[in-house]
Amino acid sequence: MRYGYEQCIVLIVVVPLITSFLAALLGWFKRWLCYPLVLAALGISFLCSLGILDLVMERGTIHYWQGGWEPPWGIEYVVDHLNAFMLVMLTFIALVVAIYSKKSVEQEIPEKLVPYYSIFLLMVTGLIGITVTGDLFNVFVFLEIASLTAYALIAVGEDGAPMAAFNYVIMGTVGACFYYLGIGYVYIVTGSLNMADLSQMLPGLYHNKAVLVGFALFTVGIAVKMGLFPLHVWLPDSYTYAPSASSAVIAPMFTKVMAYLMVRIFFTLFKPHFSIDLIPITQILTWVAAGGIIAGSILAIAQTDLKRMLAYSSIANIGYIVLGIGLANRMGLTGGLLHILNHAFMKGTLFLVAGGIMYKMGMRDITQFRGLHKKMPFTMGAFTIAALSMIGIPPTGGFFSKFYLVLGAIDAKQWAFIVVLLVSSLLNAVYFFRIIENAYLEPPVTAYATDGGTHEEIKRDELPLSMLIPTLIMATGVVLLGIFNERIIAFIIRFAVPASF
Amino acid sequence: MVEYIISKYNYWVYIFLMMLGLYGMIGKRNLVKKLIGMNIFQVAIILFYISIGSKVGASIPILTAEDLHGMADPVKYMNSLPHVLMLTAIVVGIATTGVALAIIIMIYNRYKTLAEDEILEIRKKTGA
Repeated sequence: MRYGYEQCIVLIVVVPLITSFLAALLGWFKRWLCYPLVLAALGISFLCSLGILDLVMERGTIHYWQGGWEPPWGIEYVVDHLNAFMLVMLTFIALVVAIYSKKSVEQEIPEKLVPYYSIFLLMVTGLIGITVTGDLFNVFVFLEIASLTAYALIAVGEDGAPMAAFNYVIMGTVGACFYYLGIGYVYIVTGSLNMADLSQMLPGLYHNKAVLVGFALFTVGIAVKMGLFPLHVWLPDSYTYAPSASSAVIAPMFTKVMAYLMVRIFFTLFKPHFSIDLIPITQILTWVAAGGIIAGSILAIAQTDLKRMLAYSSIANIGYIVLGIGLANRMGLTGGLLHILNHAFMKGTLFLVAGGIMYKMGMRDITQFRGLHKKMPFTMGAFTIAALSMIGIPPTGGFFSKFYLVLGAIDAKQWAFIVVLLVSSLLNAVYFFRIIENAYLEPPVTAYATDGGTHEEIKRDELPLSMLIPTLIMATGVVLLGIFNERIIAFIIRFAVPASF
Repeated sequence: MVEYIISKYNYWVYIFLMMLGLYGMIGKRNLVKKLIGMNIFQVAIILFYISIGSKVGASIPILTAEDLHGMADPVKYMNSLPHVLMLTAIVVGIATTGVALAIIIMIYNRYKTLAEDEILEIRKKTGA
């Protein structure tokens, strides 16, 4: 019927890949061409992802053989419910942030606009590639494309950025190296790189030492890349010093894609039976995640820099997602996957707002936010919605993912995690209400300067529309995800959770 | 025991190099030395892949005329797939080194030093 829809799977990668080089090339001659070109490429990718989602919901898993080579030999792209919904999320957020980023990039790094967009698009390509491919080594290649470009996107930021980026290069490379060493160990015993093929072969080899080592290396490598709690040291500096647009695209997307990869390896490449029963990896991860949730939230309270605070809160939220993976029952994993989606939107909104405040005020110290709601009412409105969602207040999305996580913890009879979830919600409330209080309730003081401190009326000075509209779209997304959470679960996530749960 | 170690010497070499690289990344305070540590780490893994693909007395997998008549003899050929994978990994490694060196140049232009302790001190002083 809908002939040619399968091509979407390959177009979603190829279009931004080609365009990123084209943008650099054409941008050399005509600077203004770069921005519309990037938007067009991401727009096409987004439409492709919708097409893929539609096809997957109708037919189930779809395969695409690169160059017609049959898998185990050729590289295969596989899309099922899990990555179909990841793809829609990734391309949508990339598109929104790309629309937003123009003004912000022009202000922060004006001379590097063209290479910035080219690299931005290449990073999105890498992340989409990780999500769409069904081949282990191909994942590594895309992972490195995404990481290398992320290092560059961070390094062009303000004063501390190159140092943060260098630490990220070292940590990120160790993570990626562990990952591909893991592939080597699995390859020794199986001789295959195709995920579907491997998941057929591996069950007979679950007690093989090489497979166990490979699994351990996968886990550690991905944990480094996603910034899971004790391995998170690269994350706060990178998110803080990166240009606003970079942190707004890296924070919601990069760690989420790594979380997706973790789900893939735990429950598709290896059977759930292996990750849960044979070695107690999921159990260990739940405790690591719980530690991350509490530590991240407490560290976030200690920060006065808005972006650094958001970075620590990201560490806590990665904890939620991993907790969902680690609980390894239907409710828990549903909560984890839902939180991938919700957190991407919430953190996206928050970083967009942080970038907006940087753009208008040139600062992000939360003690100076007084009276900000009069100056930028819509931006602060978006911030408040996302903050409420982070705390977990219905009807925003954050409430429902935490709700499912709690249900998962009850199903697993792990009462400690319910306490962790509740306590962390309170801690979230502490650090977000501090900002909301500063911005809305404290009397505005314009007299940080020593010129006598006149209490003049604060004029409304909103963001330009090209920044405001993306921020509001994301904030609306947070609410819509909450309202339609049941549909998202019923139509998509329910099928993404392994059947044996 | 000794025989066991000697018979698998290639893996011991790779583990030794990998740990050496890890030490370089953690123990050294100079950014370029850290980068060199990272390179050693990557090369160790490349050596691991190359050694799992090769076999004593085997050659590259190109079928000869006599193989075409019967079954190809697997003992005669080595597995070149890990070697091919390493071509990609080498390219990735070079790209990583390039990006890291570019970042190091940025750091040097900003702080006029590459020693991590001094950079931290300068950053503490300027409050950035």
